[in-house]
Amino acid sequence: MGSEHVRLSNVSKTFRTGTPPQPLHALGPIDLELSRGEFFAVVGPSGCGKSTLLDVIAGLTPATEGAVLFEGRPIAGEAPDGMGVVFQEDASFAWLTVAENVAFGLRRSNLDRDERATRVHNVLNLVGLSDFATSYPAQLSGGMRQRVCIARTLVMEPRLILLDEPFGALDQQTRLLMGDELLRMWRQTGATVFLITHALDEATMLADRIGVMSARPGRLTDVVETRWPRERDSRIIEHSEFGAITARLWKTLREESLKTIGRARESGGPLR
Amino acid sequence: MNRVNAFRLLVVVGAIAVLEALCLAGLIDKITMQPPHLIARDLYRLLVSGRMNSAIAKTLTNTVLALLLALGVGVIAGALLHRRRALRDTLDPLFATYYAVPVFAFYPFFIVVFGLGDIPQILIAFLLGVVAMIVNTLNGLDRVPSVLLKTARVLKLSPIDTAFRVTLPSAAPYLLTGVKLAVAYAFIGVIGSEFILSRGGIGYEISFAYTSFDNATMYPLIVLILLASIVINGVLSRWERRLLGRRGLQ
Repeated sequence: MGSEHVRLSNVSKTFRTGTPPQPLHALGPIDLELSRGEFFAVVGPSGCGKSTLLDVIAGLTPATEGAVLFEGRPIAGEAPDGMGVVFQEDASFAWLTVAENVAFGLRRSNLDRDERATRVHNVLNLVGLSDFATSYPAQLSGGMRQRVCIARTLVMEPRLILLDEPFGALDQQTRLLMGDELLRMWRQTGATVFLITHALDEATMLADRIGVMSARPGRLTDVVETRWPRERDSRIIEHSEFGAITARLWKTLREESLKTIGRARESGGPLR
Repeated sequence: MNRVNAFRLLVVVGAIAVLEALCLAGLIDKITMQPPHLIARDLYRLLVSGRMNSAIAKTLTNTVLALLLALGVGVIAGALLHRRRALRDTLDPLFATYYAVPVFAFYPFFIVVFGLGDIPQILIAFLLGVVAMIVNTLNGLDRVPSVLLKTARVLKLSPIDTAFRVTLPSAAPYLLTGVKLAVAYAFIGVIGSEFILSRGGIGYEISFAYTSFDNATMYPLIVLILLASIVINGVLSRWERRLLGRRGLQ
């Protein structure tokens, strides 16, 4: 594993919600280090602050306490250069073609027209959308639209890629195949990947390390190392260790999920 | 041509044929209305003679000016109100009841203030169109998915770039609805004002022909307005279909 790439020190997030505003401790404190080129996944019960954690790392929301360092520099207020984010929701621009979507972020770059076209072409090849360059997102399936968003991120050649449940809206088979593609892109780009997911098997299959978060306020209660080889794909689910790792994740997560359900019961939620 | 369009054409042609037959049979007398084929002939003669060119130019210029003003002010006001929740909540009831207010009632007041020139007509047309544009801009901006704005932030777009490259394109179908309404209101505002009191324009010419029993001018001008509305609406609808089609919304 490489040198330190991202460091979270004592990161906490508190929101003020309701009328009158009451503090809601959503996250932390969290301490975490990501190595350069590592694939790190985070699993946790619903509402534990997984997406908030990603927003804090991406600079989309400031931490209430603590600091996030990316390549040694603190993240303050905006996503730093070299970082890309893929969200769970479809974030493709419906009014642009696939190629225009992918090229969208390159306008700010110093690349000339030919260099931009080459980069877009290469990334479309990488995500398998070369034949759909002139299509509009509405003409594509959900999985293909998500690949457009991944391509739009990859074309910026990020050194850190944050993914917020990118395959959450896809069916199981498509998710496995998208996982294969994600692993291939990860190897080819050499980027550090930080993946938020609710699917334990997905985390086990993809990641080098998996952080398990507690119920709100989300803290890292366990970090599991998979020790998979870098060259891997979805067939890793046949590995004898796969079940054991997923079971360990579930053991920790089950207690935390029950706490969340208990809370919902107490507040008269739908889980009565 | 698909079946729906063929049916539409059939209805229009049928209605014209019925009118033609009623006029030729004398069931509609000549003082009330000319047969459609004579209206078409008179319209052709009117356009070729160039007699109405200045009236047409005046109406179109005022309509376009009022429309541009309504679109510009509507989009900017909508965008500003979208960011000012309290002000928007205050104005929402006004927008909801706005079209119950007879804007033409203000026309005499505008004439007193600005004189019998083009400004009162443009103002009336602007006032009719602008709220449709504001309401539809707000509607569109409300529906911009927050993930697109997050994406703009991650890609470090400036607020102006975000507005022109993400927010407005995303809201475009709603903006186009506003444009369609504003076009209709701009026409109604200008021609209606010309009808009430003015020194020129298509509305004035129709009104003048009506009071002079000049059917050979009045009906062709009414048809001209109808044709202009159909053409403009057709172009905008085509644009809308293309826009929605790309987004899989049709």
